[in-house]
Amino acid sequence: MTALVGAGSLIRLALRRDRVLLPVWVVGLVGVTLATASSLGELYGTEELRRQIGATAGTNPAFLAMLGPVHDHTTTGGILAWRWGVFGALLTGLMAMLLVTRHTRADEETGRLELVGSVVTGRHAPLAAAVAVAALASALIGVLVGSGLVALGEPAAGSFALGLAFAAVGLVFTGVGAVAAQLGGSARTANAVSGAVLGGAYLLRAAGDAAGDAGPTWLTWLSPIGWLEQVRAFADDRWWVLLLPVVSAVLLLGVAAVLLTRRDHGGGLVPSRLGPARAPASLRGPFGLAWRLQRGMVIGWALSLLVLGAVYGAVARGVEEMLATNPALARVVAQLGGAGAVVDVYLATVLGMIGLFTSIYAVQATSRARAEESDSRAEPVLATPVRRVSWVVSHLVFATLGAVVVLAAAGLGAGLVHGARTGDVGGQVVRLVGAALVHAPAVWVVAGIALALFGLLPRLTAVSWAFLVVFLVLGQLGPLLRLDRWVVDLSPFTHVPKAPGAEVTATPLVWLTVVAAALVAVGIAGFRRRDVG
Amino acid sequence: MSAAISVSGLVKTFGPARALDGLDLTVRTGEVHGFLGPNGAGKSTTIRVLLGLLRADGGSVSLLGGDPWRDAVALHRRLAYVPGDVNLWPNLTGGEAIDLLGRLRGGLDEKRRATLLDRFELDPRKKGRAYSKGNRQKVALVAALASDAELLILDEPTSGLDPLMEAVFQEAVEEERGRRTVLLSSHVLAEVEALCDRVSIIRAGRTVETGTLADLRHLTRTSVSAELARPPADLGALTGVHDLVADGPRVRFEVDTDHLDAALRVLVAAGVRTLTSRPPTLEELFLRHYEAVRS
Repeated sequence: MTALVGAGSLIRLALRRDRVLLPVWVVGLVGVTLATASSLGELYGTEELRRQIGATAGTNPAFLAMLGPVHDHTTTGGILAWRWGVFGALLTGLMAMLLVTRHTRADEETGRLELVGSVVTGRHAPLAAAVAVAALASALIGVLVGSGLVALGEPAAGSFALGLAFAAVGLVFTGVGAVAAQLGGSARTANAVSGAVLGGAYLLRAAGDAAGDAGPTWLTWLSPIGWLEQVRAFADDRWWVLLLPVVSAVLLLGVAAVLLTRRDHGGGLVPSRLGPARAPASLRGPFGLAWRLQRGMVIGWALSLLVLGAVYGAVARGVEEMLATNPALARVVAQLGGAGAVVDVYLATVLGMIGLFTSIYAVQATSRARAEESDSRAEPVLATPVRRVSWVVSHLVFATLGAVVVLAAAGLGAGLVHGARTGDVGGQVVRLVGAALVHAPAVWVVAGIALALFGLLPRLTAVSWAFLVVFLVLGQLGPLLRLDRWVVDLSPFTHVPKAPGAEVTATPLVWLTVVAAALVAVGIAGFRRRDVG
Repeated sequence: MSAAISVSGLVKTFGPARALDGLDLTVRTGEVHGFLGPNGAGKSTTIRVLLGLLRADGGSVSLLGGDPWRDAVALHRRLAYVPGDVNLWPNLTGGEAIDLLGRLRGGLDEKRRATLLDRFELDPRKKGRAYSKGNRQKVALVAALASDAELLILDEPTSGLDPLMEAVFQEAVEEERGRRTVLLSSHVLAEVEALCDRVSIIRAGRTVETGTLADLRHLTRTSVSAELARPPADLGALTGVHDLVADGPRVRFEVDTDHLDAALRVLVAAGVRTLTSRPPTLEELFLRHYEAVRS
């Protein structure tokens, strides 16, 4: 096992470097899970309430697509597994893949791994250490969720089935991250590949879950996140399903280990090709440069959200069909404003999530400016007659207008598919693109926060991610955790009109835009005054 | 002659650390000025202040007659800069980076671009991430030298170049002499000796010496080690020979540059088998400098 010599020291090094990051991930994920469980327990305290959830949400294709099926509505744990399972799995997977990249490809890119590789460490030691850390964090989440739920009074078998299902998803994405780290030549590529797999896993299970009995329900079985649902924690506790993620993780890690021996240090599997000797005419000025640096990201995001929008749009019709087969429910809904209104509520909810996803893009695009600075690529550019304002605005344009493009793509995807199924493509496209764009000012506020941090406290630019996570939790779980109104109001997304359906008033949008503009102005002013580097 | 760069009493602090502590620097228009100092002396910090990337905390700085912080954009039209640590965009080729930097500066000389690429033996079609440190430096050098800027600010431009490429670099700078002003930071004395009209030596954020190299010659000593056919005559008795270590036919000593000739005669008389001589390192120069100050 000489290939693994030194892995132990590397694991200790990684734990030392992540002594803040790792506890934040683990405690944060476990904390949100347990807090959600305890408030669900209060909200659905009686058997009757829980049964209603099972009957309505469990059969509604829209809810099925977003959250998955309700397998057990007799226990709080069962409701938790439905309401939070998919999100918890997404976040655990995200954590695992980011950790693996951080300790493999990112270190290789900066040359730190070269330093490590020159002392006595085996060829596979850095990868093994990264995998060990990610697997450890996943396992910890699994055990803590399991024992925490038991402490809250939930059945032990179901608690640990759910906890271990989270851990298993983390394990799969540890493997995905390990393979992705071998493919491309940079940490950015590795994260993009793993992120695409994670997004694909969410979409596959959404399509499978919402397919209905006659549809391709087997799609769920292709997704690691679908496996979590298929464990059916608190209902059947099908432990054998956990074999799927474990076996796939082992296979993925084997593939990664083999790929590692087939490539050079610092290189990817795909050898880097020669490019043009001269720059195209478009590569001039700060905006030309920003376009080259940002275009891949904005195009990738627009296409991904076009697909996500289409999948969500495909489900909208199902909401109406369900009402048609359930006259009792239809009567209730009619009093609330009719089937059209229910579809709109669904679409508005879905677009709210798309707004949140788009702000991930907006933070990424803004953070690019910081990455250029800290990797000392901004310095040679700012030593030419490029004004600091133009340089920072060249990246900001992508965070703001790029976000509009991404939102419009999602609205277009939803509009095309929902329109095709209702026979009104033109009308739905216009309506849903418009409804998606209503979220733009809130996304700008998030970009503004990132830019203000960049201008005033550049080292803390990454804290904008924390804001985003807080907004996500407030939006998704705010009502569930019964937070005070003013706390929920802190999120810009709280103020976005629930379009389509709800009346769109200009006031909140204008206010959000003003706040975003103020944040941007603060950021630019700060950047003009501070040291670069 | 007017001054292209004139800095006096420059102070720059990073939190509690005082990176520049009253630094003075004058670069005359048209000269090649060596900016010497050990690692961490404050060379790059000074240059970043000159580029308006960092804001000075004290002292006065004038660059090409302007204030580098306030007039940054206007001044940057007239200068080209090669950073000490060149990082290129991973997905842009070297050729694209050269063109981009050239266009940002307002155009570059096509003929010089082609000649320089050829002389530096640089393949402009490789992606930024595929270049070695030396080749990344070449990209920045070609971009700067092919510009028509009147001032070149080069921060340790040869730290990643092999000796062959170092020679190409020296030739290229030699051709610029008189045409434009060059500020060349380095920690290699030999390079500065070969190129520079005048030199400023800094240490711990202060200027310790400024002048022509001849002015500084009194500070230089050469280290010599030799293996001889037989033990030499009494080397220690020679003036200017210091720190002699003699072990039979093997000798090691340092000698003041103006007494090198006499010392070598003694060695030749004893029959030279191998001989290495090394110019003094900067640190040795500093030690010498402080000894000189003390006595």
